[in-house]
Amino acid sequence: MSTETRAIDIGVGLFILLGLGSVVFLTSQTLGSSGLSDSTSYTLHARFDHIGDLKVRAPVALAGVTIGRVSQISVDPMDYQASVELRIDKTFDQLPIDTFASIATTGILGGKYIELGPGGDEEFLQDQGEIEFTQSAILLENLIGKFMVNGTADKDD
Amino acid sequence: MTRSLQACWVSFSQFAATFGGFQMFTLRLLPYLPRAILRPRLITEQIYSLGALSLVLIMFGGFFVGTVLALQSYSTLLEFGQVDALGAFASEALVRELGPVVTALLFAGRAGSAVASEVGLMRATNQLAAMELMAVDPLQRVIVPRFIAGVVSVPLLAAIFCTMGVLGAYLVGVHQLGVDAGAFWSHIQDRVDLFDDVGSGLFKSFVFGVSASLMGVYEGYYAAPNAGGVSRAATRTVVITSVWILLFDFVLTGMTMPGV
Repeated sequence: MSTETRAIDIGVGLFILLGLGSVVFLTSQTLGSSGLSDSTSYTLHARFDHIGDLKVRAPVALAGVTIGRVSQISVDPMDYQASVELRIDKTFDQLPIDTFASIATTGILGGKYIELGPGGDEEFLQDQGEIEFTQSAILLENLIGKFMVNGTADKDD
Repeated sequence: MTRSLQACWVSFSQFAATFGGFQMFTLRLLPYLPRAILRPRLITEQIYSLGALSLVLIMFGGFFVGTVLALQSYSTLLEFGQVDALGAFASEALVRELGPVVTALLFAGRAGSAVASEVGLMRATNQLAAMELMAVDPLQRVIVPRFIAGVVSVPLLAAIFCTMGVLGAYLVGVHQLGVDAGAFWSHIQDRVDLFDDVGSGLFKSFVFGVSASLMGVYEGYYAAPNAGGVSRAATRTVVITSVWILLFDFVLTGMTMPGV
């Protein structure tokens, strides 16, 4: 086999590998991990009555700074609550056990994220720990609905 | 009056003849396709010169289309407070539309015209006739490998284009404009569907690959055997392929768009 045909073979091989690699990337870019590996993060759980449109990989913020990601969202068939798994950076492993988790929104129509408010307890949350105090997403539609009901009720008086 | 009518009729019948000739050419190629597998070396050589050598152009194009898409959409999305959706916006536009279409247009310009002029020059210098004299079928030896190589290359090039575009959008969106990296990818996960988006994009680029390479070999094969004919074949390949791709794109988008 001459060197020229060999070079062509290598070129074609690389080209097809790159092409197939791109197809794999495009199909699996959606399946990537949360970006925090097991060794650099720990897991917390939180339960919410309603999570709005919170998505997997949404940020988890402490005082507005991202310290982790939502890694899994499921619904508990027993108590009908949404169960959210959070992966938090290991450097922030001193969250008090009475830390408060609420679902917040970036901007008025922006995406949802989880905001943590640290409590005052001496004990810290451990890996696989559960955040007891949570607040559900505030649904804009519900707020508007309540506002309108209140508005008409006032008129009747 | 009669003269202009006559001119209309002549140009119409010319158009019909070209169109019909093209269909006949396509039909003539079909029985050769299975037999081409017996000479894989001919195909790999063409994949190298049509596909692998277009790689730099395609990657360059994809990357900068992605970056521009991110820059462009950022200001509009900012107005609605939806910059997190930048990734989904860019990758959906790339995978569905820009990837297949721009790749096919670049391929027509880079490789389709090269095929047309190469085959056209073979026609002009009687190489095709010489092959026939030696009982080598030029369709089998010259045309079909180029056609198959184009059909294989274009979807792969489109996938590479899209990947480079998404990476470009990521680079600009996340590292320059400050979109959250997790939100960037999570919106892509949420919005981009494997079959509806990636699948339809690849299907489109397959169709474009067929039309671009078919046009190149057809124009080259039937080029007028002189210098002007060769250059006309190259020009016509690029022009007709581009029009065709844009037309097909509309039809295919209408067919594959969910909720239309």
